[in-house]
Amino acid sequence: MSILVNKDTKIIVQGLTGKTGGFHTEQALAYHGTQMVAGVHPTKGGTSWTGSHGESLPIYASVAEARDATGADASVIYVPPSGAAAAIIEAIDAEIPFITCITEGIPVMDMVNVKRRLEGSKSRLLGPNCPGILTPEECKIGIMPGNIFTKGSVGIVSRSGTLTYEAVFQTTNEGLGQTTAVGIGGDPVKGTEFIDVLELFLADPETTSIIMIGEIGGGAEEEAAQFLIDEAKKGRKKPMAGFIAGRTAPKGRTMGHAGAVVSGGKGDAESKIAAMEAAGIRMSESPARLGKTLVEVLKG
Amino acid sequence: MNIHEYQAKQVLKGFGAPVAEGVAVTSVDQVEAAAKSLPGPLYVVKSQIHAGGRGKGKFKELPAEAKGGVRLAFSVEEAVSHAREMLGNTLVTAQTGDAGKQVNRLYIEDGADIDRELYLSLLVDRAYGRIAFVVSTEGGMDIETVAHDTPEKIQNIVIDPNAGVTDADVAAISAAYGLTGAAAEDAKSLFPALYKAFVEKDMDMLEVNPLIVMKDGHLRVLDAKVSFDGNALFRHDDIKALRDETEEDAKEIEASKWDLAYVSLDGNIGCMVNGAGLAMATMDIIKLYGKEPANFCDVGGGAGKEKVAAAFKIITADPNVQGILVNIFGGIMKCDVIAEGVVAAVKEVGLKVPLVVRLEGTNAELGKKILNESGLAITAADDLDDAAQKIVAAVG
Repeated sequence: MSILVNKDTKIIVQGLTGKTGGFHTEQALAYHGTQMVAGVHPTKGGTSWTGSHGESLPIYASVAEARDATGADASVIYVPPSGAAAAIIEAIDAEIPFITCITEGIPVMDMVNVKRRLEGSKSRLLGPNCPGILTPEECKIGIMPGNIFTKGSVGIVSRSGTLTYEAVFQTTNEGLGQTTAVGIGGDPVKGTEFIDVLELFLADPETTSIIMIGEIGGGAEEEAAQFLIDEAKKGRKKPMAGFIAGRTAPKGRTMGHAGAVVSGGKGDAESKIAAMEAAGIRMSESPARLGKTLVEVLKG
Repeated sequence: MNIHEYQAKQVLKGFGAPVAEGVAVTSVDQVEAAAKSLPGPLYVVKSQIHAGGRGKGKFKELPAEAKGGVRLAFSVEEAVSHAREMLGNTLVTAQTGDAGKQVNRLYIEDGADIDRELYLSLLVDRAYGRIAFVVSTEGGMDIETVAHDTPEKIQNIVIDPNAGVTDADVAAISAAYGLTGAAAEDAKSLFPALYKAFVEKDMDMLEVNPLIVMKDGHLRVLDAKVSFDGNALFRHDDIKALRDETEEDAKEIEASKWDLAYVSLDGNIGCMVNGAGLAMATMDIIKLYGKEPANFCDVGGGAGKEKVAAAFKIITADPNVQGILVNIFGGIMKCDVIAEGVVAAVKEVGLKVPLVVRLEGTNAELGKKILNESGLAITAADDLDDAAQKIVAAVG
């Protein structure tokens, strides 16, 4: 099994007619036939999109129209930052159950408003500023390179896109493979948090171990660690390996991700590592040893 | 993006916040006229640099017992003599590092009769995804120290974006400060005004430390530190105009022109990466093997060949760089584009230091082929661990 997306997931693309959206839609279609079903563009409704290998998808004028015509239950957003929040809100209003926003650089204030709109809505948002989600051999939403995945047993959740790939690559090389990999994104205000994904991995019978990759800034890793401790008391626990990026980052500097900054004595790597270790996660010293660390945990 | 205190006060004044009268000056000649234009007889002479801790800071060029970067003056003449000591000299504070920052501008401000000093800031509370007021009665102190020593003296009041700052929010903040009389009346307009400024101008952080209750019972914003969300500057031309590039790292400015995230550090390995997490992890692993990065340049996703070449040139322009590590795990970013950019940059500016390249992900094979066929002296690496070990060994 997998979490959130599988071979039946039908996806519409907001921002399909841009260069990035077009390229990654071609990649998704080529990845075990991920069901990309339509694109949305406010002024190009009724036309169609053609990929560089002759792929073709219909374009609708709105998300609601695309959903009604195709039965889509997911949306992926490649809209530029200035219009991305409006694109997310359009998908929320159209009651799309699962929305993934890849766009990097959305103003925080826009995300504060989006987060408020999500409360009580029928939608779950993944991202923004994230690589998306991939269930091997079934469904690829977003920009993760499909060729490094194999079907398997590890659930992967990460704040960093490229470190998600590292974890995938290493678990593939160790022969473990993945159930689903989820990049939750590096922005301070986002839709899906670690806890949401960990809850799904704990509930998924085919996910038998988990890798969690955090980074400096905020308190989400500490909250996730507390969640894992509480769940373990109820008897729900899976073997886990982890890594925190930014252990050596200078204090007070924003390290690329808007969310990655140690400030006010909060959000530093050491407190996150300590919290995750206390929750029973084996922490890897090196980002290159995630796969090996998990194998060591599994050997007991 | 950071701005100076005097600019922050102008912005806040535009939203109706009570600030003192003041004049910014860049030369000693201007100080007398500036001071005379203020009510007096008490003046404050404040260094304008993008760093906190100015009051306790010390000027490099002055004797150790000399006064700091924020000084009281009891006459126009004293304001002028302070200015003469401060302008052009280098102020070292807890936040500037040992190099300090040259004071090119002073803010001459009308003095205030202070009864109480309070702390107030607004920021984005990640746990709620909302703006929060951070409130403490311990004004004028470093809030990080307060958070560490007496966390019970700090309260967070989180604002619902749909409702804005309600009467109940104002009452909660005022109660936390113990405001009464005129100050409590002022609070009813000040707190909503600060929230409005934060939201409308896309601030990242707004810190008023201290917010004061004056002897006449009214509130005043005595100091103000504001930074803006760089991702929202596209809709604020007025804020962009406040940028002071002399306060920023020249290479970081060049990088920002290309929309590259560049951070300069203290070591000697230059790093080109894609993605913030990989950037930090690359830095961590270099340190794990005993060396330090000189910088890292994050080319992000979807960069073209020209942008990659620009990134490479910015990295090599740093004289501390004795070796370069290119570490790319392509998702949006295609490895062949990275390879083409690196080859183009090396052909243009040459390669005087060892270069280790690790390419993985989208179009990795094509990228490796381009590097192999370029005839350049590039060391290929298989994975992150291998790459880090090879560059650390090459730098020696």
